Amino acid sequence: MRWMWIDTFVAFESGKRAMAVKNVSRSEDHLHDHFPGFPVMPATLMIEGMAQTAGVLVGEARNFREKVLLAKIRRARFDDYCTPGDRIRYEAFIETVDEAAATTHGIVYKEDRPIGEIDLMFSHADNAATNLGLPGHNFVFTDQFMDLLTAFNVKAAN
Amino acid sequence: MAMSRDEVFKKVESVLVDALGVDEDEVTEEATLTGDLGAESIDFLDIVFRLEKAFDIKIPRGELFPDDILNNPDYVENGRMTTAGLIQLKRSMPHANFSEFEKDPSVSRMPDLFTVKAIVDFVALKLNQSGNRAEAAS
Repeated sequence: MRWMWIDTFVAFESGKRAMAVKNVSRSEDHLHDHFPGFPVMPATLMIEGMAQTAGVLVGEARNFREKVLLAKIRRARFDDYCTPGDRIRYEAFIETVDEAAATTHGIVYKEDRPIGEIDLMFSHADNAATNLGLPGHNFVFTDQFMDLLTAFNVKAAN
Repeated sequence: MAMSRDEVFKKVESVLVDALGVDEDEVTEEATLTGDLGAESIDFLDIVFRLEKAFDIKIPRGELFPDDILNNPDYVENGRMTTAGLIQLKRSMPHANFSEFEKDPSVSRMPDLFTVKAIVDFVALKLNQSGNRAEAAS
């Protein structure tokens, strides 16, 4: 299963800021039920999209040493909804990052218009929780996420 | 100019309202973070981050909410703090009130030490220290 809620990065400044794009498509299964006849991108999945954008930014800041887990949604606000055909952009900024955790501030855009803010907190599981019984390999940053960064770097280089 | 205790309380109150989604009137001096305000473990770190930003101070991990003491077998026995553990905990938390906890120092009662008043006292102490340092440097 591909649990990917961003399509590509369009900006990436190591340790500072990242922007990712998600194109909402009518062929996505969840939009058929949310809601029948009135497809709306669920806000929860937009939070996941922001978490993936910000999570990769946080992970990269410390060379993907830790398993970066979403620990808390500190604040989320939406002023508009997105429908098929919309291009969503997630812009994430690192506020703090240390051995135990990181916090990010995020802005959601529908095309070029800001429509929401999502502030998140991530836990560095290797350091903050040693007794959770998590697998040893880094199951957070799978090849799919690393491919996103590679694709961005390839595009930026050309 | 030094911040009054009332001003510190107001800022701490707004940090806790944002971090825990509670109402202002729930944030009283005596309120405990976990028992009264519903804080979970991850919220403690969030509160530390927010205090650092609100007051422009640095709070080393484990200073406001010490947790490493519980991992030391000399300090905990049968779910209770030993005398040595209690001494160590008091030294680590000069901002907390131990009068009730001392009567029954069960580890399970430790969250009761983390009150709003303890945070306000901790921040006031911190601001005082950095104020003194700034004065000494000038």
